[in-house]
Amino acid sequence: MSLSLVVLIGVLFGVGTYLLLHRTLTRIVLGVGMLGNGVNVLIIATGARQGEAPIIGREGQVTDPVPQALVLTAIVIGFALTAFLLALAWRNWTIDGNDAVEDDVEDRRLARAELDADHHRDVRHHEDVES
Amino acid sequence: MNIAIALPLVAPLFGAALSMMVRRLAVQRVVSFLSLSVSLVASIIVLVEVVSEDSMVVSRLGAWPAQVAITLVADRLSAMMLLVSVTVLTIVLAFAIGQRASDERSPFYHPVYLVLAAGIGQAFLAGDLFNLFVAFELLLMASYVLLTLDGTDAQIRTGTTYVVLNVVESFVLLTAIGLIFAATGTVSMAELPARLAELPDEVRTGLNLLLLVAFGIKAAVFPLYFWLPDAYPTAPSSVTAVFAGLLTKVGVYAMLRTETLLFPGGQSTLLLVIAGFTMIVGVLGAISHAEMKRILSFHIVSQIGYMVLGIGIGGDAAIAATVFYLMHHIPVKTSLFLVEGIVERETGTSAFDAVGGMARRSGFLAVLFLIPALSLAGLPPFSGFLAKYALVRAGFDDGQYVIVGVAIAGSLLTLISMTKIWNGLFWGEVEPAVPDGHVGVLRHQRLMSVSTMAMVGCTLAIAALAGPLYSFCIGAAQQLGDPMQYVQAVLDA
Repeated sequence: MSLSLVVLIGVLFGVGTYLLLHRTLTRIVLGVGMLGNGVNVLIIATGARQGEAPIIGREGQVTDPVPQALVLTAIVIGFALTAFLLALAWRNWTIDGNDAVEDDVEDRRLARAELDADHHRDVRHHEDVES
Repeated sequence: MNIAIALPLVAPLFGAALSMMVRRLAVQRVVSFLSLSVSLVASIIVLVEVVSEDSMVVSRLGAWPAQVAITLVADRLSAMMLLVSVTVLTIVLAFAIGQRASDERSPFYHPVYLVLAAGIGQAFLAGDLFNLFVAFELLLMASYVLLTLDGTDAQIRTGTTYVVLNVVESFVLLTAIGLIFAATGTVSMAELPARLAELPDEVRTGLNLLLLVAFGIKAAVFPLYFWLPDAYPTAPSSVTAVFAGLLTKVGVYAMLRTETLLFPGGQSTLLLVIAGFTMIVGVLGAISHAEMKRILSFHIVSQIGYMVLGIGIGGDAAIAATVFYLMHHIPVKTSLFLVEGIVERETGTSAFDAVGGMARRSGFLAVLFLIPALSLAGLPPFSGFLAKYALVRAGFDDGQYVIVGVAIAGSLLTLISMTKIWNGLFWGEVEPAVPDGHVGVLRHQRLMSVSTMAMVGCTLAIAALAGPLYSFCIGAAQQLGDPMQYVQAVLDA
């Protein structure tokens, strides 16, 4: 397994993770693509020994066909996932015209209740000090 | 090749393709019922075969040699999970039709539901890790569509989080599988135990942890549970009921398989700590909310902790308790969500400030809620008591007093949050007000009530037949405790 492939896997995982941490949906979709390709390259690079195409009748050492079959399946699944994510992003955009992943409404409500409580306490504290 | 074991996978997929083509609701409903009935009969046949011959049913699709074939394997655990889940899927389908919700009328509901059924069936039968991954993708893809079928703002918002998180989970799982293949040269669960045992300890631990992270996200254990209480409540009740009953349990099943077959006793301390946090954090989240669907969603998390606890303790007794817990938990959780669905169908919501007095409107509905609720909290004489008792006893026998204490405290808190639902929805004045003569709930929701009754009936049957079922579970645990049985059954087939 060559060093350049190792570096490539690292870069794809790194960039994919970085993009996934964004709140913009399109970047997340790109991140999913990067990460998916990173995993695919990883399977090919670590699993298969180098050799000829595995066709019956070929002479010499042939490569292991199993990782290639796995990756082929993984690519198809990744394609479907990306398509579905894009559809979700599009739907999100048509509903509220932005491209961001939003907070859970319930979380936001709880957080606001907490903020309000803090605020009230602060105000009361100030009043106590002043009086 | 054994036909019966392939049917729970093939029949729903075939049905899905068929109902995708016809698009007429009445025909789609018939197709769905027929394919699920075929799966049901097939899974009964498989279970009977597994129990009567006290062995495993193994089938290699296309009769390829063992190294390259897609292998389906049913031991006691798989066969039982298969039967329970197909039963739940069938009953919930009846409920969804009775609910007359907009989503069931979508031309895509029935095909996608059948794909979900196929994915769940395949996950329990998969004989190699990659096949398990494909099964996960199949059921996840179906769950994405079901969760966002209405396309409303809330569904898209939570659906996005759910999809992105599960995509990450898939990549972790795929990476783990890729690395396992690189280290051992196989993904077959029959060949892996021997080859994994030859690996250096550090590599084994790394691979084990990677798999646990992937399955942990799926099963929603602490600290990887946060997506669940956010995503589940926005889906229609019938969809949430299936997700709550089955999807996280597929993750638990995969964890159980990993920790018994591939890495026996690998991470028991870690699992115990995770179990403790999952039980307590989940139930505390449940107590803090004021809407039935959200409370129940947090309870899923909490209950997963109990199952992980059994896996963590290890040994035949604890594993048998976990298997029994899985069997009891799926119908109980599903029936709670079905009751919630009836309440929501009647009043439009299940928030405590908007609804009240359901017990006055229908005493029978209150009973239908009470049985699974008390069972979930672990009160006798319901199935939950027996499951928890078995678990606690296994824990004591193993000397794990602290974690057993945490588990009992968790049960108590579960009871408190169930009381909260009871006070919020079933007690008090009738709210929102209904005209006289419209008081009864169950009478004009016939199909929904009958299917809920069937589900609650299943939980009662588990309690009534606990003796034979528990000895079945001990048999399952013995099979799980001896990986060589699995290996030989698959390689000799």
